[in-house]
Amino acid sequence: MAETQVSAPEMVPFEERMPRPPLVEHTRSMAWLTDLIAGVPERKTPLWWFISIAITGSIAAFGVFCILYLLFTGVGVWGNDIPVGWAFDITNFVFWIGIGHAGTLISAILLLTRQKWRTAVNRSAEAMTLFAVICAAIFPGIHVGRVWMVWFLAPVPNPNWIWPNFRSPLMWDVFAVSTYFTVSVLFWFLGLVPDLGTLRDRAKSKVGKVVYGILALGWRGGNRQWRHYEMAYLILAGISTPLVLSVHSTVSFDFATSVLPGWHTTIFPPYFVAGAIFGGFAMVLTLLMPARSIYKLHDVITWNHIDVMCKIILLTGSIVGYAYSMEFFVAYYGANPFERFAFINRYFGPYWWASWSMFTCNVIMPQLFWVRAFRRNLITVLFVSMCVNAGMWFERFVIFVISLHRDFLPSSWGMYYPTWVDIWTFIGTIGIFVTLFLLFIRFLPMVAISEVRSVLPEADPHYEPVGPHTGAEDVGEAHA
Amino acid sequence: MTAAAAKQEPFAAIAEFGSASELYHAAEKVRDKGFRFWDVHSPFPIHGMNKAMGLGKSYLGYIIFCGGFTGFSTAVALEFIPSSFLYPLIVHGKPVNVFTVPAFFPVMFELTVLFSAFTAFFGVFVLNRLPRFHHPLFAYRPFRRVTRDAFFLVIESVDPRFSETGTVEFLTEIGGKEATLIYDEND
Repeated sequence: MAETQVSAPEMVPFEERMPRPPLVEHTRSMAWLTDLIAGVPERKTPLWWFISIAITGSIAAFGVFCILYLLFTGVGVWGNDIPVGWAFDITNFVFWIGIGHAGTLISAILLLTRQKWRTAVNRSAEAMTLFAVICAAIFPGIHVGRVWMVWFLAPVPNPNWIWPNFRSPLMWDVFAVSTYFTVSVLFWFLGLVPDLGTLRDRAKSKVGKVVYGILALGWRGGNRQWRHYEMAYLILAGISTPLVLSVHSTVSFDFATSVLPGWHTTIFPPYFVAGAIFGGFAMVLTLLMPARSIYKLHDVITWNHIDVMCKIILLTGSIVGYAYSMEFFVAYYGANPFERFAFINRYFGPYWWASWSMFTCNVIMPQLFWVRAFRRNLITVLFVSMCVNAGMWFERFVIFVISLHRDFLPSSWGMYYPTWVDIWTFIGTIGIFVTLFLLFIRFLPMVAISEVRSVLPEADPHYEPVGPHTGAEDVGEAHA
Repeated sequence: MTAAAAKQEPFAAIAEFGSASELYHAAEKVRDKGFRFWDVHSPFPIHGMNKAMGLGKSYLGYIIFCGGFTGFSTAVALEFIPSSFLYPLIVHGKPVNVFTVPAFFPVMFELTVLFSAFTAFFGVFVLNRLPRFHHPLFAYRPFRRVTRDAFFLVIESVDPRFSETGTVEFLTEIGGKEATLIYDEND
């Protein structure tokens, strides 16, 4: 036993040997933080914002035009045909709904696991979730062909008094996605209320006072309010955790419960959830890296924050890579000739370029993040994030289109070619997404100010200031 | 302060504190003095303040449980009444019986979550008596900094231990700065 005992010099507590890096750098004060974040909606609208929203707004408008063209002409304007009945529509739906998962992971799962760094990024990630789910929700609505029949999705009987089948994964999906969107909105708005109070109390203009005043609901920051607020926030996080895991599992059931080779696999739910978180974090970084530079948020969203997000991308990307390989292995090992053919066709058939793009972008590129220098470099982080964004879209295209285009009988094989309406509807949703995000960063606090305040050292009621005052507060006043 | 306001009952006594730590220790003293109608206001939730104020855990969780249970029951009714009685659908040769219940779970789960979330969201505002757009505290200008970096302790005049001079002195004694009385201007 004597040898196993640790000698005295090694007994230094871990926190002293490796102190945690501060979450907000340069010992910034609460006043500085408030001025930095709340100052963004208060300042004059910058020129770049008008230029950006003009571009993204035009793209969004053209996307809406494509949707209207589809509705007034019919689904024949898309490239969908038999055997590829689900193509860009469902690819885009699953792509967007997956993006949202990072926001809920940050706001819910990282809250329960007490990852305090989440406070700097959760507001914008949750906003991103909402906008991504809005983009996603467009596609199931318009892909039904006869859009005036879309109410058949609702749990009500049709005119022949036939009820929907509650045991169908498509029905589960309706419930999962609508619940996910509603809960995300409630969670996001609850988090916003104290910060809207900040904007209300600082507002100079009449419009700002009235609008932020109404939205803040009369928040006063009393502990009797915080007490219930924190409980509600905790429970919302608790119920959002299984919810976010269930949403993409349910989406994957749409495919996994069918008998199509390439879809009919039990690995789908965890594989889809990991992929969703993977793609979502890439989108978080894609949006936050420019916002951080433009609004000089370097002390709030530090390189340590970006570093951990890159590590999550590396982890989930490796899980996705494992899933790709395991699917391939099981197709070989399972001795089902149709399944084997589906996977050979996936990588060596007519759509080989989509599969290899997917594999390169999702599995090989994130491996760069093993190197610390690449996790802390603007160019590499943005490059890998963009690769992952593209790769995750290709993943859905691969799973849906390639599996459908050659199934069992060669006589029923076919090819899918997207039309300009397909392509521009997708680009249009990117326009809608970015436009909504631009509106968000213009009018609302993009960082959860009250939550970041609570992770500052002086927020601890047992914190005793050491030595003379750092003077950070004076710096903050000068900055304002 | 106008002459008319000076005659009326004050709404509360208020004092500002320099930090979360000062506010925490002041709250412990107010609690020990036996005040009941008082609150501390801070720009963020202060860890451990419920204990310092002598408040228990929020009971919102029990209300949310009831909401979640309502959602679960709604899902059970929504699924089984149509699927068993109104229009039984036999898909893939599977009838609705105890063996096919797992296929009904996802909707039950989603509605449980949905109703819990609504209960949590509306519950927190009902328990906090919000929205309330007019409050005597909003008329006190320094209070606007409570959403920035200021900490306040407020003892309301409805408290049986409240006295116009004594409470203000007490707040100064426990470390409060600029302790003063505030009035409800709408009275």
